[in-house]
Amino acid sequence: MKLRTTLLASAVSLLPVAGMAADMTIGFSQIGSESGWRAAETTVTKQEAESRGIDLKFADAQQKQENQIKALRSFIAQGVDAILLAPVVATGWDQVLEEAQDAEIPVVLLDRTVDAADDLYLTAVTSDLVHEGSVAGQWLVDEVAGEDCRIVELQGTTGSSPAIDRKTGFENAISGHDNLEIVRSQTGDFTRSQGKVVMESFLKAEGGENICALYAHNDDMAVGAIQAIKEAGLNPGEDILIVAIDAVPDAHLAIAQGEMNATIELTPNMAGPALDALEAYFADGTMPPKWIQTESKLYTADDDNQAVYEMKKDLGY
Amino acid sequence: MSATTPSVFKRILPQLIILGVVLAFNVAVFPGFLNIEIHNGRVFGNLIDVLNRGAPVALLCIGMTLVIATRGIDLSVGAVMAIAGATAASLVSEGHHWTTALIGALAVGSLCGLWNGFLVAVLRIQPIVATLVLMVAGRGIAQLITEGTILTFIDPGLIRLGAGTIVGIPTPILIWIALGAGAIFAVRRTALGMLIEAIGINEASSRLAGINSRVLLICVYAMTGFCAALAGVIVAADIKGADANNAGLWLELDAILAVVIGGNSLLGGRFSILASLLGALIIQSVNSLILLSGMPPEFNLIIKSVLILAILVIQSPKVGHLIYMLRASSLHVQPEKSSSRPVLTPKEDAQ
Repeated sequence: MKLRTTLLASAVSLLPVAGMAADMTIGFSQIGSESGWRAAETTVTKQEAESRGIDLKFADAQQKQENQIKALRSFIAQGVDAILLAPVVATGWDQVLEEAQDAEIPVVLLDRTVDAADDLYLTAVTSDLVHEGSVAGQWLVDEVAGEDCRIVELQGTTGSSPAIDRKTGFENAISGHDNLEIVRSQTGDFTRSQGKVVMESFLKAEGGENICALYAHNDDMAVGAIQAIKEAGLNPGEDILIVAIDAVPDAHLAIAQGEMNATIELTPNMAGPALDALEAYFADGTMPPKWIQTESKLYTADDDNQAVYEMKKDLGY
Repeated sequence: MSATTPSVFKRILPQLIILGVVLAFNVAVFPGFLNIEIHNGRVFGNLIDVLNRGAPVALLCIGMTLVIATRGIDLSVGAVMAIAGATAASLVSEGHHWTTALIGALAVGSLCGLWNGFLVAVLRIQPIVATLVLMVAGRGIAQLITEGTILTFIDPGLIRLGAGTIVGIPTPILIWIALGAGAIFAVRRTALGMLIEAIGINEASSRLAGINSRVLLICVYAMTGFCAALAGVIVAADIKGADANNAGLWLELDAILAVVIGGNSLLGGRFSILASLLGALIIQSVNSLILLSGMPPEFNLIIKSVLILAILVIQSPKVGHLIYMLRASSLHVQPEKSSSRPVLTPKEDAQ
């Protein structure tokens, strides 16, 4: 609990006075629990609400927009003070958002945005996927310090926005550094097993000694690739530098064990900044910016990854 | 029915030739494809990868061939893989011995197969619908077991099944070859294969002829569940974790495709497990070709579908007949030329 508080405090820099929000009721329409990250987001949101004394009404939509719209209407009927919405798709929200506006209930979008007029919601709290990729690229640029580096890339699911944006960000960061070159790039579908299979083929096609770094669009693929590198008789983290994105517990464990070098956090704490904005809005009518970008924190071997692992492993990842 | 060596060879010749051609493509894009080295006491090379990575589909297609031979189909094998992997992972992480976990997972997989068999053979639900139930529900069951997370484990015994080696050869290769050989022996050295074919050709008359088709059907589905469970344990052991969302995802389709490439009819009847296994290796060689070619991933599925389409077109009876006619007419003029394209020999009698 103490470790958790320490870490949350870094993201939620200003914990407001509990009494101020004590009688607030907030509805939270979550997409579902399709990934460990989403489960962690749900856990952290509940913790955030509890620590502020907010009564959180939680609705799991099981990946269906119609369930989310139903949940929103039910929140409006119950007369909640505000609504948190993690939208499953971008389109089709105008009507229900107008209903919320008519009932004067502010809506905060979490993690994803919608295609609707931006006066229909208070603000959107999301990470910047392109920025995450560029943090990874910048880390590698600094790490190799001018030496030649042949990079292999494990992309996410082809055509998905995280895959496109994380690739773009990374390429932006390494462009202009001629010593860095992506020599192979293939999809690993964001899964461990495909990450391992594709890394095996990279190792054979390029030769393990000719690969200087691996950039994976998520940690799961990196964890799979680490096993492939070990089975090829190389030392992951030393012979091949590994940087990935998400900062799931197993990545912290891998960094703590020296098998991985860096991961960029996609924080599950989207609710913290959202609730801060709502509390400020209710206290004195402060309008938050339309987009609140969450921090993309870089974790390397310099951080106490073992402690972060212990803290994160029970969040539901 | 007695499978003499020349007739078996004649049956699998088209698959062997296709496999050879796809492997030749692999060598063309990556000249070191055939190199096999020993690294850290394990054989290491692209050919080994094809055999190793082909293990899940190879295991699935053993059971799938039998089910399809009875004129059925099993769409649930991918989900059963996820359930079995989750079962094995949760048993070892609760502190059980890895053999207990393996037996538990295989038992759960067989139970899933028995359920499918019950729906098909006793309640007479059409196989595609009956197994769709478990295909959809199975991942939910697996997620209940893993509680929605990737359940990781460090038990060396269980990991050896997926990522380990025996005398330098990756364990999955030995497992699928052993199970495949066992299954071929069981169906071809006993009357079992003929009984299964009889059900597929005409179940009513096979029953009138005295075959207990109900029990046999249930057994065949249970066998498929068993194969799927073994594949699921291997996949989980390979990544040292059970990923309920992704383990075996869409592999039921690859398994069906392997059976089809193996020249088996989806309408049941005569079957060849050996040809299906070659089909599984062909699919894995195509996957390997895509990875080695270095093409952008946007092309992966297009390349795969074009290659598979080409393989199926070459195998189709119409094309086979056309080529036979062309060859017969050219045989009139230049008899020597015919031997240059053995792939084109029609095999209708063997299909």
